Amino acid sequence: MASIVASIWEGITYRGREGHWAWLLHRVSGLGILLFLALHIVDIYLIGVGKEIFEAFLFFYHSAPFKVLVMGLLFGVYYHAFNGVRIILVDFWPERFSNWKTQRLMFRVVIVLTLLAFIPSAIATVAPLFNLHMPWWNH
Amino acid sequence: MALKTRTRSYGSPNRFEVASWYFMRVSGAALLVLAVFHLFYMHVIAGVDAITFEWIVNERWNGPLGMFWRTYDLALLLFALLHGANGARWVIDDYIHGRGANLAVKSALYVLTAILILMGMQVIFTVPLHSQQTALSALVTALGR
Ligand code: HEM
Ligand code: HEM
Repeated sequence: MASIVASIWEGITYRGREGHWAWLLHRVSGLGILLFLALHIVDIYLIGVGKEIFEAFLFFYHSAPFKVLVMGLLFGVYYHAFNGVRIILVDFWPERFSNWKTQRLMFRVVIVLTLLAFIPSAIATVAPLFNLHMPWWNH
Repeated sequence: MALKTRTRSYGSPNRFEVASWYFMRVSGAALLVLAVFHLFYMHVIAGVDAITFEWIVNERWNGPLGMFWRTYDLALLLFALLHGANGARWVIDDYIHGRGANLAVKSALYVLTAILILMGMQVIFTVPLHSQQTALSALVTALGR
C-alpha cells in the first residue's frame, strides 16, 4: 500500500516539463473517461428496462451539478484524443517528431485543438440552463 | 508513452504486450472519430435536451439511419471499453506490484469489463426494430436515402 502511494506521489511530484504534465493528464483523463463510460453503459442499458426508470436517470444528467462533471469529461475526452494523436506520431515517426522543439510545439497544438473543441461543446452544454437555444436545435 | 519509460513489473514484452501496444494505437485512431464525434453530436449538433427515451428509441435506433447508429454505437462500445480496460491494466501494473493484489484488481477489472460489454450489446440488439422492418430492410432503406 505504502509503495502504491509512493509511486503515485512520485508521478505527481516528478519535476518534468510539458512532457510530464502531458503524460499525467493523459493518464488521469483516460481513467476518468473509463469511469464515466461504466456509468454511461448502465444508464443506456436502462432504455431496455423501461421508460420511467431511464427518464429518472436522465433527470440526474440534466442537473446543474452534473454538468460540472460533464465539463471535465468534455475537456478530458478532447485532450486525451488529441494528445493520443501526438503520442502516435512520436511513436511511429520518431525521426520526424521526437526532437524537443517539435514536441513542445505539438503539445501547444494539442492544447489549442482541445480548447477549440471544448469551448463550443461547453457553451452548448450550459446553454439550456440559461434558456439559450442553438438555431439548429429542433426541440 | 513516448516521453517517459514505462516501468512494468508484470507483463513481459511478449507477443501479447506488443499486440496490446499496437491495439492501443489502432483503437485510439478509431476512437478519435467515434468518441469525439459522439460527444460533439450529442452536445453541439443535437443538444443534450433533445435526449429523451423516445428520441433514442424512435429516431436514433429506428430512424432512417437506425442501423447505421446501432453499428456505430456497437463499434464505439467495443473500442472504448477494450481500449480503456487495457489502459487501466497498464496503470494497475505500474502501481500495484504485490502479486496477489495485482491479480485480484486485474481480475475485478476483467469481470467488470465483460459485464459492461454484455450489457451494452444487449440493449443495442434488443430494442425492437419498428414495424416489420428487419435489420436488412432497414439497412437497404438507410443506404437508399
Ligand atoms: C478519443 C480518442 C483516443 C485516442 C486517440 C487515444 C489514444 C491513446 C493512446 C495512444 C494511448 C497509449 C498511451 C501510452 O502508450 O502511454 C492511450 C492510453 C489510454 N487510454 Fe486512450 N485514446 C482515446 C480514447 C480513450 C477512451 C475513450 C478511453 C476510456 C474509455 C481511454 C482510456 C485510456 C487509458 C486508461 C489509457 C492508459 C493511460 C496510461 O497508460 O497512462 N482512451 N490512449
Ligand atoms: C455527457 C456526454 C454523453 C452523452 C450526453 C451521451 C449520450 C448518449 C446517448 C443518447 C446514447 C444512446 C444511443 C444513441 O443515441 O446513439 C449513447 C450511447 C453510447 N455512448 Fe454516449 N454520451 C456521452 C458520452 C460518451 C462517451 C465519453 C463515450 C465513450 C467513452 C460514450 C460511449 C457510448 C456508447 C459505447 C454507447 C452505446 C451504449 C450501449 O450499447 O449500451 N458516450 N450516448
